[in-house]
Amino acid sequence: MFRRRRSAKDFAEEIQAHLELETDELKDEGLSEEEAHRTAKIAFGNVAATREQFRLRNRVVWLDHLVRDLRFAFRQMARNPGFAATAILVLGLGMGVSVAIFAFVDAALLEPLPYANPSRLMSVNESNARFPRWPLSYPDFLDWQRMNKSFSSLDVYSGTAYLLGTSSGMESVQAERVSGGFFRTLGVHPILGRDFHPGEDRLGGPNVLLLNYSTWLNRFGGNRNVIGRTVDLDGTAFTVIGVLPRVFSFAPAGNAEFWVPINVLGHHEHSRGFFAFWGIGRLRDGVSITSALAEMKTIAGQLHREYGSTGFDLSASVVPLSEVIVGDIRPILLTLLSGVVLLLLIACVNVGSLVLVRTESRRREVAVRGVLGASPVRLVSQFVTEGLLLAALGTLAGVLASAGVMKLLSRLVPKDMAANMPFLKGVQLNAHTLIFAASIGLFAAAMTAATPIFRLSFQNVHDGLAEGDRGSANRFWRRLGSNLVVIELVIAVVLMAGAGLLARSLYQLLHVPLGFDPNHLATVEVTIPGTTYRNDAQVAELYREVVRRVKGLSGVESAGMTSRLPVQCDCNTDDIQVVGRPALNQNEEVNERHVSPGYLPALGATLLRGRYFTEADDASKPGVAVINETLARKYFPNEDPIGQRISNTEGGNPTVWEIVGEIKDVHEGPLDVYTWPAEYFPLDQTPNGGISLVLRTRQDPGALLPSVVRALHEIDANISVSDEETMNAQIDATQAALLHRFSAWLVGGFAIAALFLGVVGLYGVIAYSVSQRTREIGVRIALGARRSAVYALVMRQAGWLTGAGIAIGLVCSVGASQLMRSLLFGVETWDPLTLCCVSLLVAVASVVATFLPARRAASVNPVEALRAE
Amino acid sequence: MTTRRNPDERIALLQGTLDLLILKTLVLGSCHGQGIARSIKRQSEEVFFVDHGSLYLALQRLEDKKLISARWGVSDNNRRARFYSLTAKGREQLVEKTTEWQRLARAIGLILAGGRASGEEA
Repeated sequence: MFRRRRSAKDFAEEIQAHLELETDELKDEGLSEEEAHRTAKIAFGNVAATREQFRLRNRVVWLDHLVRDLRFAFRQMARNPGFAATAILVLGLGMGVSVAIFAFVDAALLEPLPYANPSRLMSVNESNARFPRWPLSYPDFLDWQRMNKSFSSLDVYSGTAYLLGTSSGMESVQAERVSGGFFRTLGVHPILGRDFHPGEDRLGGPNVLLLNYSTWLNRFGGNRNVIGRTVDLDGTAFTVIGVLPRVFSFAPAGNAEFWVPINVLGHHEHSRGFFAFWGIGRLRDGVSITSALAEMKTIAGQLHREYGSTGFDLSASVVPLSEVIVGDIRPILLTLLSGVVLLLLIACVNVGSLVLVRTESRRREVAVRGVLGASPVRLVSQFVTEGLLLAALGTLAGVLASAGVMKLLSRLVPKDMAANMPFLKGVQLNAHTLIFAASIGLFAAAMTAATPIFRLSFQNVHDGLAEGDRGSANRFWRRLGSNLVVIELVIAVVLMAGAGLLARSLYQLLHVPLGFDPNHLATVEVTIPGTTYRNDAQVAELYREVVRRVKGLSGVESAGMTSRLPVQCDCNTDDIQVVGRPALNQNEEVNERHVSPGYLPALGATLLRGRYFTEADDASKPGVAVINETLARKYFPNEDPIGQRISNTEGGNPTVWEIVGEIKDVHEGPLDVYTWPAEYFPLDQTPNGGISLVLRTRQDPGALLPSVVRALHEIDANISVSDEETMNAQIDATQAALLHRFSAWLVGGFAIAALFLGVVGLYGVIAYSVSQRTREIGVRIALGARRSAVYALVMRQAGWLTGAGIAIGLVCSVGASQLMRSLLFGVETWDPLTLCCVSLLVAVASVVATFLPARRAASVNPVEALRAE
Repeated sequence: MTTRRNPDERIALLQGTLDLLILKTLVLGSCHGQGIARSIKRQSEEVFFVDHGSLYLALQRLEDKKLISARWGVSDNNRRARFYSLTAKGREQLVEKTTEWQRLARAIGLILAGGRASGEEA
């Protein structure tokens, strides 16, 4: 056994040597070369057959046995399809979910970033106490790049949007501006064309760009002659110089389609106080993160002293790029993975206990076979084969199911989140996931095969025949099984309570008072090309024309425009001061929205005091503002805000606004955040390049959208219209709603799986117990026990287990929901309604699971039961 | 079952015979397969002709049972060959099998002689 087995090649060599020796000897005996050769071969016989026999010498027997065992196992399954189906379903469920979650873990955490030597790539940025990562200003970047010695290269990227000129009009597209060495730092080479030449990112450099692979396919049909063609971005012709590889993705860039060198700087971007550029760097060999961080901190401090840029209290940060890209999702995925492994474990134990029930009924078969001379090894191998077959079928079912689960989960991931997680595209059945599936399949096989082996003592076959085995092993198994079932039910209750709470949170979230009526509202995003509408007056005139046109559409009641739709985010914020009062702290942020006169009425906002804007509030008049209730309460408590004045810095100029109206809070920020103070300025006084159009309609707003798009294009075909949706769809698609929906579905899925497993486990334990007590039940019935009493006997046992599971589960779930309190919204962690429903559901499911074995017990024929013993 | 097992038993019997002859041959010293074949043929006065293919399978079997050991070497006429020699276990086995065989041969001889006698009576 310890020696290496002799190879077939060695054996073949020996045969060859023999033939040569024999030929030599025959020649010595006087035969010619040819004759000697032939005679030697004839004397040897069939060389091929001999070699074949050498290869098969130790195998035939066990292969033969395996085939016979497999055939027997299949027959066993066919005879009891209910058992086989349940076992395969349970295993398939456990495996399917595990493999699917593992595929996510694999794609996000194990598959390295698609760059050369990704562990040396760092995210290099500013930081302060509030933000661990804070972007760089362009001048600071240039100095960092020049002064540092820790990085072999340092580059920046900055997201942007362009209006892309296409044959069918303008389209808003995302792009990324990068410094020249960006792709060299990542270690990515274009598959077609070339990277940026050095110097192309200097100010005044050529208008060139690289295409994403998908952009190349979708917009240029994968044409190899694309190099040298021009693309119209914001009315400027950019020359395509290269196409990036298919596997390339850069999560922070989201859906960026075009990669443009930074060789044009905006007005603010020359300033050291304008932070818009995110840095990445490749560490030099032998330089540690700590020493790089120390150096960058020194450089940052030096620059801040030199240029006196204070206020934000910035320092440097150096963290691995992978941390930035997958850092947020890692704890979630690892939690999920441990969750599914737990689920899988329960599934395996359950199948083990089902196999146990089956084994009990085969005790006699085993004993008979043992007496007839089957060796213990043969008997064990029979059960191992059955376990393996079950596990193999379960694994197969699991792998098939996992493909579906992966698709489902990928679809559940909110779209905005998915754009920043390009690695999710790698979620699939690949070599890694299949190896994982195979290894957990082996684990499941071991569990299912081991259970009967431990249970059946193959030595004491006589005991089996005499049915004398009522010893302690029996009680041990029953107690272990019972405890496991209670644990399973506890897990099911905890998960279901969690899912219930999350579902109620979602409901509450979607019923948050919005301050407006979201029904019958249609929205579209409008971007106007800066080349045609150059001055504010032209823009204002266009906006007026847009509102006039869409109001004329049949079915439209009113229309208005805003710089940002409500319920989206607390952003575009403003620092304000109240005129005539001591200065307020910095970072007192209020939401700032630029709206047309018709917007707030169209939204259905409630005016509390004063007035809305009118057409007369244009650029020629002094600034006016409408505020929300929260702002009024915060800055003007117990006084009338109308007529008060606030000031801010609008477009770089200090501006004063007179408050003319106060409205009831419109929920501008995400659903799960309390309303912030908000101020509204007239659009005519604060021109804006991109706005959202909101229309109140008489009927279904979705049906109206196409005609709105047509009407806008009739005004000017170069207006970009995007994101046309109903207001309700917009709200449903917000991060908060999606996140809550995602977690509710996810935990709900887990909960259903856990309940199913718990119920199967309960069934297994009760059925096992009934099979053990057949004689006792027979005696009871013979002595006059009624069927209902037998039912009660079995159900009582199940009742205890279920009761214990629910009671412990409820206590645990209150604790567990404390942990996920941050995910809950408008619901207590001990919400009585949810907990009652969960208890009831688990109880009903348990009764159903117990009913089958109870009926079997009640229908025991006492004569047969007693005679069979 | 019984019909299936019969060929196995027949083979086992033949194997036993061949194995014994191989072990006996190797008592004289280590030898390669072709030498063993020649030696059996010569010593049995050409009565036994050993099928060479079976011989090598038998050698492998004996090697697997650790009754003989093998290593590659060079033959008298400078050819590479695999040389077999008897292990201690093999020597024991030879003694045991030889005794067994002699008893068997004697018993069969007795029966055959007796059978002839009874046949004459009938």
